[in-house]
Amino acid sequence: MAKLKDLALRPERLSAGHRLCPGCGVPGIARLAVRSTEDYLVVGSATGCLEVSTTIYPYSAWKCSFIHNAFENVAATVSGVEAAYLALKRRGKVKENFKFICFGGDGGTYDIGLQSLSGAMERGHNMVYICYDNEAYQNTGNQRSSSTPRGSNTTTTPVGKLSSGKTGRRKDLTAIMAAHHIPYVAQATADNWKDLSRKFEKALEVEGPAFINVLAPCVPGWKYEEKETINMSRLAAKTCFWPSFEVDNGVWKLNFKPKEKLPIEDFLKPQGRFRHLFRPENQHVIAELQQEVDENWEEILKRCGEK
Amino acid sequence: MPQILALTGNEAVAYAMKQINPDVVAAYPITPQTSMMQKFADFVAGGEVDSEMVLVESEHSAMSATLGAQAAGARSMTATSACGLALMFEILYIASSYRLPIVMPVVNRALSGPINIQGDHSDTMGVRDAGWIHIFSENAQEAYENTLQAIRIAEHPEVLTPVMVTLDGFIISHGVETVTIFDDDKAKKFVGEYKPRYTLLDTKKPLTLGALNFSDFYFEHKATQLEAFNKSAGVILDVGREFKKTFNSTECYEFFEAYKMDDAEFAVVVLGSTAGSVRMVVDDLRSRGVAAGMIKLRVFRPFPHEELAKALKGLKACAVMDRSIAYGGDGGPVHIEVRSALYGIHPAPMMCNYIYGLGGKPIEPEHILSVFDDLKEAVVKKSFKRRVGYLNLKE
Repeated sequence: MAKLKDLALRPERLSAGHRLCPGCGVPGIARLAVRSTEDYLVVGSATGCLEVSTTIYPYSAWKCSFIHNAFENVAATVSGVEAAYLALKRRGKVKENFKFICFGGDGGTYDIGLQSLSGAMERGHNMVYICYDNEAYQNTGNQRSSSTPRGSNTTTTPVGKLSSGKTGRRKDLTAIMAAHHIPYVAQATADNWKDLSRKFEKALEVEGPAFINVLAPCVPGWKYEEKETINMSRLAAKTCFWPSFEVDNGVWKLNFKPKEKLPIEDFLKPQGRFRHLFRPENQHVIAELQQEVDENWEEILKRCGEK
Repeated sequence: MPQILALTGNEAVAYAMKQINPDVVAAYPITPQTSMMQKFADFVAGGEVDSEMVLVESEHSAMSATLGAQAAGARSMTATSACGLALMFEILYIASSYRLPIVMPVVNRALSGPINIQGDHSDTMGVRDAGWIHIFSENAQEAYENTLQAIRIAEHPEVLTPVMVTLDGFIISHGVETVTIFDDDKAKKFVGEYKPRYTLLDTKKPLTLGALNFSDFYFEHKATQLEAFNKSAGVILDVGREFKKTFNSTECYEFFEAYKMDDAEFAVVVLGSTAGSVRMVVDDLRSRGVAAGMIKLRVFRPFPHEELAKALKGLKACAVMDRSIAYGGDGGPVHIEVRSALYGIHPAPMMCNYIYGLGGKPIEPEHILSVFDDLKEAVVKKSFKRRVGYLNLKE
């Protein structure tokens, strides 16, 4: 694994000057990912925060090749790029080694892009798909996605007389991707750069498809203070809301086990999107959320052989 | 030596693809296209081509992968029909705006609903404005030859625009005809090597493709695209001429074939396989002293307005046959174009429109004959019974 010093010395591939929000969780994740290989790189991005903020014509923050096609098809698009690479390499027209990374938000990954992602993973393209999950359609202004947690106040599940926010349990995409039996699947938070960096490197090294789901706290959507982004990630890990684990060739491994599992309130409290849950009439939603987190955590512990 | 083979239209196009040997082919099954990609998969499995095949999970992904591959510098193809083309709709516009010279055979089929798997032109007419060149074929031979030419047209440095080559579902795609397949070497030489100027895999010059355009650049980029699109007209003619010379082809590779039009008084404008039947009826009418003619439109986009106006000028009456509907428009999409082409032309012929053949409804010589009868009657009565009518529709 590359040391922090080595990583820092590698040339910048996602440069400063992009227009992501102050405090956004995404650019740190993306910068670390694109530094995780010394091979040439083609990055694809679904329509979303990362794409609109890094490539406003005539500018581009990308120092490596970058392609954006549409919202729902980054995996299919990059699978075409990878197929082209294989064909052109075979025909002697490309000599150098390339790696391929797709970025998509939760909207472009869990929802509209799920079919394209599933297809690309099943076909076995040698590429890494990184979902930066900010738990709603944040680029269009915080509309609910299938990753939005229960109780979240979004612009399409607004809190009102008859509503205490988003209803229903969020989709467990990482498990769905693990069910594709691809070489490498992982889930991570951005507060642990070492863990994240190791996962990116591993994903880029394996032959065949890899998928990494990274929680990406969102200042305007989650409504917390800009300086708290890494802390949000840490609280998600410590409450076991967002467990850090990997599935390496079918073997599940837990990567972070908090010494003391914090209550879900600790993750919810600093965020404006959950403020209404602390009113007496909404306490049951917190209890439901806690139950979901507990169930999910128990299942992961079992799968990872921790229980 | 060229080979003369008994092939379906789909097989003929697969032979063209074999000679093109694209770097990447994305495929997804849909009737009536399926047997084309099956044949190509046979060529791959047998080692007759070394294309990288991407067997995607939808047509949306077929076009998305083809776009990605072409952007990476690979000559890339896919093929589809009907609902598959409709599913690609969004990405067709993106492919043309990225100026990626993708060639896609489309086996024309009716769009749902009601669901129907047979031939009509509603699929490609529905993507009329997606910025793709549309070339229609009358038979398997033309579908084969158009596919070879399409590569040269699309990749021309002044054009860089995707091309769809169409063939009528079942009538051409599944009908067996004798097809002349040209020498591999000669075909390959004609098609040439793809040399893209910008690619994602250029290590010296990394590329950002698909940047967000606001109102300060969007319009300018679309206008640039349109200018390049319009340049394709001349290139289509040049490539057609070179093709005919290279292969001693007897087909007409201009914008349209003007059949017995020099002294014609009555004519039918038609696309695709129906042209064969119209030609037969024209011959029959000629033998009975009627000055009948036919325009077989080959290139629908870019539409040859000026050339067509010249060809139709002086006719007494003409009928445009549309195998699709433009709801709320002035008849079908071809009629709208032809009528527009004749604006300001004197003397302009009387003109009517027939919707026909939807969902594979047969079109027989008697129906075409009735069209010419209607034209003759309209000239006498100085008006049409119906300016936009149907052919072979049950009452």
